[in-house]
Amino acid sequence: MDDVFLLLLSTLDSTLRVSAPLVLCAMAGIFSERSGIIDISLEGKLLAAAFSAAAVAAISGSAFIGLGAAIITSVLMALLHGFACITHRGNQVVSGLAINILASGLTVTLGGAWFHKGGQTPTLSGDARFSPITLPGADFLSEIPFLGTIYVELISGHNLLVYIAFLAVPITWWALYKTRFGLRLRAVGENPQAVDTAGISVTFLRYRSVIIAGILCGIAGAYLSTGQNAAFGKEMSAGQGYIALAAMIFGKWKPVPGLLACMLFGFLDAMAVRLQGVAIPGIGEIPVQFMQALPYVLTVILLAGFIGKAVAPKAIGRPYVKER
Amino acid sequence: MSSPSKALPAWIDVGVIPLINILLAFFVSGIVILIIGEDPIEAVKIIIYGAFGNDYNIGYTLHYTTNFIFTGLAVAVAFHASLFNIGGEGQAYIGGLGVGLLCLALDQYVPFWIILPLAIIASGLFGAAWAYVPAYLQAYRGSHIVITTIMFNFIAFSLMNYILVNVLIEPGQMSPESRDFLASAQMPTMQEAVGWFGIEIQKSPLNLSIFLALFSCLFVWLFIWHTRWGYAIRMFGFNENAANYSGINTQRLVVGTMCLSGVLAGFVGINEIMGNHNRVMLDFVAGAGFTGIAVALMGRNHPVGIIIASLLFGTLYQGGAELSFEIPTIQGEMVKAIQGLVILFCGALAYMTRPTIERIFTAIVASNGTAKEQTNG
Repeated sequence: MDDVFLLLLSTLDSTLRVSAPLVLCAMAGIFSERSGIIDISLEGKLLAAAFSAAAVAAISGSAFIGLGAAIITSVLMALLHGFACITHRGNQVVSGLAINILASGLTVTLGGAWFHKGGQTPTLSGDARFSPITLPGADFLSEIPFLGTIYVELISGHNLLVYIAFLAVPITWWALYKTRFGLRLRAVGENPQAVDTAGISVTFLRYRSVIIAGILCGIAGAYLSTGQNAAFGKEMSAGQGYIALAAMIFGKWKPVPGLLACMLFGFLDAMAVRLQGVAIPGIGEIPVQFMQALPYVLTVILLAGFIGKAVAPKAIGRPYVKER
Repeated sequence: MSSPSKALPAWIDVGVIPLINILLAFFVSGIVILIIGEDPIEAVKIIIYGAFGNDYNIGYTLHYTTNFIFTGLAVAVAFHASLFNIGGEGQAYIGGLGVGLLCLALDQYVPFWIILPLAIIASGLFGAAWAYVPAYLQAYRGSHIVITTIMFNFIAFSLMNYILVNVLIEPGQMSPESRDFLASAQMPTMQEAVGWFGIEIQKSPLNLSIFLALFSCLFVWLFIWHTRWGYAIRMFGFNENAANYSGINTQRLVVGTMCLSGVLAGFVGINEIMGNHNRVMLDFVAGAGFTGIAVALMGRNHPVGIIIASLLFGTLYQGGAELSFEIPTIQGEMVKAIQGLVILFCGALAYMTRPTIERIFTAIVASNGTAKEQTNG
């Protein structure tokens, strides 16, 4: 029994680790899309931020300076997205796609030229990485059966960015539903004319939303290359930005359901690793590819309206033209 | 997409503005090359020589061009109905599966001239099937085509991975690839084809699929601008409500357009699987589906523009590969960065330069007008 319990804990533990960047990106997506800007570029921002974090951390030796660089990079890309979509009223999907492809090309090009490792950055160690934090009282509480084990094995022992990721959810919820900014942000995604008529700048509001999305993706990128891993590798985001996008839609553009969707997708991923080569009684071996495709399949089914209905913000994807 | 505000002459709209956008993209790419400490002019020389230096390089360039024509047309057809098909990558991948299954099943039994038409049909059908589901869900269930086609790309990757690793893998082999096709299922290469006329060129992946690509261009041009279905597609793209009120079954139109788009993307399978690799393998599409988006945007969704844009990207891909060989500090991925910049400037920022050009144009027209008045007076 104890073994099963520990196995479950370690699966949940890796679920937290896998879903942390998804949660950050999904919250980023919520900020952007609730204000009416489609954000396919989560993937590109994540990748570019991961590269900057690893590159700057490798040079400076500080994970925090790396984090700062990641956030700046990601915000710059978000501003580019905003410049194309908000200022020049370009197609938001095209702009997002451009950013993703640009990030995928530029990270390897610059990395290859700077570090001569075919796009990889030097391996980080010590202060250049975010190392696991043992939460206070872990030694003391480990004596307590069950709850103590959960605290030590599951909750304690992650790096700072994982905690930030899960803190981002209540903060997003509070910002969206309990502040004036959040009310306006939601309004501008539904009916920008009304917001404009009330004398609030649609442009400025949307720019702020995409900048927040940039900050969150920046943290997620730093987590990938300086927390979860110890270097940047070519294409290391590996579609996680798109999974986060799927999770955000699966969570119906809301923070808490979005979190749950990320955890579900993270759990599927953690299970996929553990189930590899294991035959389940009655079903047989589940192909790992099936588990990998499941988040996308589930999102398609949800979008088709077969499990509940996901309704996008009304003004999403439409550039706002101020009447003169 | 924002619409043009003031009327400019057509040659500025379809000629000058896209050219300026492309030049902006290349200009920024040049800056990137400067940043990594290399000479952009030298890079351009290597790219052009690498793409057109000899018949072998030209063969590669045109082979890539063929892929991009297929995916570019696929994106463009959907664009005419203002549908954004990001799923070209997955549709091409599954199209290749169709070709592969057909060739593996029949190559022992029937000759080439029976396999070829069947393979073309199979690639189109499989590609269309992969586009059908997102199209159906968009038309009848209201889910957004962009998101579903993205999801379907990933589902296609997983599916192909599964099929190759578990089903099609050649027994006793480690790498997930099918067995090689027999000669009856191999598209003649251009080397063989011109050899029939006594001309000798080096062997390259270029094969007769390029004629299918050119034929597809002609077909799309006729279909979009000279048939009533094409008219319906363009009307729907221009104004959905108007199309609906004029009695067009818009749901069927969405599904039909996306399926045609899937067919065109699926043809990549003919070029790569039957024409180049002669076996089913992982990742043979290699981003051509996404390049198709850049090609369609740059080519303004017109077959002629698409041929030009495909040739440009074919040049960049082949020349870029040579470039990373000649100058090791420049990675092959530089081409991807350029592609991103082209999508950015020709797509998302397509109208950024327009107001400036409008102002310059009106100024020129005005000064010409006053000059004429002065000479007259």
